Amino acid sequence: MTGDKLHVTSFKENFYKATKPLVIALWLALLFIPFKGIRAAFILFLALAISLVILKVGNKLLGTRNRLKDKCLLLVTRYASLITHHSSFITRYLLLPLLFFLPFFASDYFIDVTILAGIYIILALGLNVVVGFTGLLNLGFVAFYAIGAYAYALLNTKCGLGFWSALPFSIGLTTLAGFLLAIPALRLRGDYLAIVTLGFGEIARLVLNNWDSLTKGPNGISGIAPPAIMTVSFGKLSYYYYLVLLIVIMTVFITRRVYSSRIGRAWVAIREDETASSAMGINTTMYKLYAFAFGAFWAGLAGAMFAGKMQFVSPESFTFMESVLILSMVILGGLGSITGVIIGAIILVLLPEVLREVQLYRMLVLGGGLVLLMIFRPQGLFGGKECHS
Amino acid sequence: MPLLEVRDISKHFEGVKAIEEVSIKVREGTIMGIIGPNGAGKTTFFNCLTGILKPTKGTIYFSNTNITDLQPHNIARLGISRTFQNVRLFRGMSVIENVMVAQHSRTRSGLIGSIIRWKRFQDEERIIREKSIEYLELVGLSDFLDTISGNLPYGAQRRLEIARALATEPSMILLDEPTAGMNPQETLEIMDLIKNLKGLGKTVLIIEHDMKVVMGISDWIVVLDHGVKIAEGLPVEIRSNPMVIEAYLGKG
Ligand SMILES: Nc1ncnc2c1ncn2[C@@H]1O[C@H](COP(=O)(O)OP(=O)(O)OP(=O)(O)O)[C@@H](O)[C@H]1O
Ligand SMILES: [Mg+2]
Repeated sequence: MTGDKLHVTSFKENFYKATKPLVIALWLALLFIPFKGIRAAFILFLALAISLVILKVGNKLLGTRNRLKDKCLLLVTRYASLITHHSSFITRYLLLPLLFFLPFFASDYFIDVTILAGIYIILALGLNVVVGFTGLLNLGFVAFYAIGAYAYALLNTKCGLGFWSALPFSIGLTTLAGFLLAIPALRLRGDYLAIVTLGFGEIARLVLNNWDSLTKGPNGISGIAPPAIMTVSFGKLSYYYYLVLLIVIMTVFITRRVYSSRIGRAWVAIREDETASSAMGINTTMYKLYAFAFGAFWAGLAGAMFAGKMQFVSPESFTFMESVLILSMVILGGLGSITGVIIGAIILVLLPEVLREVQLYRMLVLGGGLVLLMIFRPQGLFGGKECHS
Repeated sequence: MPLLEVRDISKHFEGVKAIEEVSIKVREGTIMGIIGPNGAGKTTFFNCLTGILKPTKGTIYFSNTNITDLQPHNIARLGISRTFQNVRLFRGMSVIENVMVAQHSRTRSGLIGSIIRWKRFQDEERIIREKSIEYLELVGLSDFLDTISGNLPYGAQRRLEIARALATEPSMILLDEPTAGMNPQETLEIMDLIKNLKGLGKTVLIIEHDMKVVMGISDWIVVLDHGVKIAEGLPVEIRSNPMVIEAYLGKG
């Protein structure tokens, strides 16, 4: 009797194992349809299915996958540890001077992309607090980005507030929204939390799209003033670049310090084991709330920066795809690793620019890349432990 | 006045009576052993004491406070700490960080402090570190401060859990099978460690299957079977109690 049972389960397991790559590929392809249409989704499905099956079969027949995997892993690990180990040296003597003098030799186009990368770094670092440190999946992070951007856009165009006087309000409002979402959401765990946050993101976008009298719906709000100090406007590209650079450095500085403090430790403890952390005296609900609000804070800042840069906002900039993109930055770099998240953000902003020629396939490369990442290095490029100097 | 007084608590899981009308009193500074066959409700009892589960009925008093409806973190703050039957460390964190986290409720510094890092923050951080090292010395892990705790050998993980529990500065500490899966040598070390805890003035509740251990260190023993307290007394009384022998060996 028991023998029969065993046989059945192992057959089931084998069947499950064999179809798993196809199911993964199909699932990703289905996700893809709304964004790029059936054709691209089909191509993605084929590419993923073939590569995954090859990986499986290769693994079975030759056992090469492990050797291949080990080699790739070794390479990635070596580079990753090179960067994280010498990160303070590299940033101090190579990266910072380079970034500082960038506007003197880079093209306007490149500076433009860099500014965008900076804004995404702020966003990704904010999401990293929620997903990476505290381990709460948030699929609607873009809602906070949108609230920050629209808050500044409206305060500027309707009330005539300048960037600096509007900034505290738009960040404050976003942080408050983070709190308000967290209160009901934190009763849920895992998948349920992901679904609720996803819903929140969609609701925010739909409100922006349909509240015509306030947000002008899909037409968006134009004529937003760029930040200015006295009479000097940051409308000029290189000035804006320095502003963003400054704020990125501040974001990195602050999130790093909070991470390696009592608060950061409590967040990580909750991620590692919620029950144990509550038994060790951590008010887990409160700290999850903090994480949501603190993450939203950065999204609000990034949103205002985005509105000031584009001088135009519309709901189109705040789709679910954007949430996925920010999440991908965090996952690609390595959940919880600040260096990793920064590099993840840079890669994912630069990638579409590099692949601009082949528009149709760039999401495909992104999707395929993430799948490969999950197979070979699920902790992300720089995942594992952040080293502190 | 006992440090802990449990009055008639019951815990039911949809029909399963995991605990049924159990009452105990624990005097300060003593070691109480809780024994009973598998599924007797011992771990459930600990979960009720630490607020992880709410008892279906009954009340729990700890140092004259009714803690029955408190949240786990508030109970920890009042001075009850514990280890888990299946080790639950913060596996991705280093050994010392595990112990530092546990001092959370004994420290104050907030967001602004952690960003500006003024003197008060740095002092607090230093004190937490020093204390953590002391706790780790007590359990013999001070050579592994920066090891990722998930990479420690099993026995060391169990000892780290005890250090972490101590770091919350409890007056009462609950140990759920601290010697499970250990060899005789390690078991002896843990027994010494538990006696040390008593020396430090801690009250200890210990769930244990190893009779040598419970009989050796407990001042008082409570026996649970099918969620009911079937006996309690001094180790010598328990050893010869026919009800206990029957619960363990079955009815012939
Ligand atoms: N969360 C839960 N949901 C449902 N039933 C539970 C739950 N926790 C425990 N039980 C049931 O309660 C009873 C007591 O379990 P408990 O874990 O407290 O026993 P125990 O004395 O610790 O046993 P062991 O010696 O095996 O650790 C068991 O029948 C168990 O199946
Ligand atoms: Mg148990």
